[in-house]
Amino acid sequence: MIRGVLAVLRKDLRIEWRTKESLAGFVVLGVLLVVVFSVALDPSPQDAPRFAPSVLWATFVFTGLLGIQRGFVLERENDCLGGLLSSPLDPAALYLGKLASNVVLLGIMQALVVPLVAMLLHVDVGRVLPVLMLTLALGNLGFAALATLFAAMTVRARSREVMLPVLLLPLLVPVLIGGVKATDAALGGATAAAPLGVLVAFDTIFVMAGVLLFEQVIRD
Amino acid sequence: MGLMRRLESLLPWATLVAMLIAQWLIFVRVPTEAQMGIVQRIFYFHVGTAWAAFGCFFVVAGASAVYLWRGSRAADRLALASAEVGVLFCTLVLVTGPIWARPIWGVWWTWDPRLTMTVILWAIYAAYLMLRAFGGSDESVSRYAAVLGIVGVLDIPVIRLSVRLLQGIHPAVLTTREGGSGLTDPTMRLTLYVSSIAILLLAGWLVGLRARAARLESEVTALRREVEAREGAAA
Repeated sequence: MIRGVLAVLRKDLRIEWRTKESLAGFVVLGVLLVVVFSVALDPSPQDAPRFAPSVLWATFVFTGLLGIQRGFVLERENDCLGGLLSSPLDPAALYLGKLASNVVLLGIMQALVVPLVAMLLHVDVGRVLPVLMLTLALGNLGFAALATLFAAMTVRARSREVMLPVLLLPLLVPVLIGGVKATDAALGGATAAAPLGVLVAFDTIFVMAGVLLFEQVIRD
Repeated sequence: MGLMRRLESLLPWATLVAMLIAQWLIFVRVPTEAQMGIVQRIFYFHVGTAWAAFGCFFVVAGASAVYLWRGSRAADRLALASAEVGVLFCTLVLVTGPIWARPIWGVWWTWDPRLTMTVILWAIYAAYLMLRAFGGSDESVSRYAAVLGIVGVLDIPVIRLSVRLLQGIHPAVLTTREGGSGLTDPTMRLTLYVSSIAILLLAGWLVGLRARAARLESEVTALRREVEAREGAAA
């Protein structure tokens, strides 16, 4: 099981390393969205830190939504998915491997977006780094848990560019609220226990749901 | 089966009677609320439709699970029918709410936990209907929709948890636990219960009708395919 997960993860990361296609999309989009949100809000230097959590999480969610489909579009070309499915790989292992590679890509995007938000919106993230990293990791996992499941579902749909965000956005609201509130609390020096609890609950439920339901989504 | 049929044929009449009693209670019998005035009466529709919508969404999840594990076509049709009626009733909740909120709160909408929750649920099941319509071929779409039906209901408790992090002003109707006024007048309570039962019956009836229409639709498709196959064989 674990070997299968690692094999899928290694395969996906190797493809990504050679093409850098998803990553380029994630990085450019991430930077662009931070800039767009900041310009649209046009905050004064004193107000700017107040908007930082919202800009950070809105950027994360939208970049993720637009970039996540790529991993499955690749599998669809030349019927790679058919090859994976006919291998003795457990669908749960395939799900977890895909999930892991998405978490890695989203993590790289976060590592780039966070300092950018900190710089452009004048927040000092250095002093709350442990809580912030925990929040980002939990939000990342929750986002990827659902996005991996639904990206596999919409990859065959005709209007997948619209379908994936429409399906995912409402389901992801707890990640958005939890992420924003936890970041807000951490930056304001308050305890972030309640929003972090929401993120933990979300992650637990949907990683399990993904493992159980993934088979229904990929079999033909 | 015979009993189910009989109950099903009784349902429209039960709905009609309950609806008539509910209308009489709401517009004639029940006293006008002292502070909010006449607009408060919309609440007897608002609460029942909300319950019906939530009920529908849970039926979607249950039917989806049955479909995935048993492959029952009837469960798939029930899920589709409940989702459609659920979205319809959820839309009514989102229409009646603001009509009441405007004179009472002074705004059509606020990002109160309950309002946020309702609009998110609406979006999830509207997306479900979109997936049904544009998601791909028949059999795989049923499976995708079932997965979404289950994921959607799993999301409800987490959404509830998360929207509690927002600030709230929605009144609690039946309990005073969350700081709402509560409904103390017995006639008002009776009216609420009767109108809610009437609306739930209506929802149940509509779901049954929609599921039957879906069954007929699939039968017609199957027959058409058969005719085409025979014509093809003859030619």
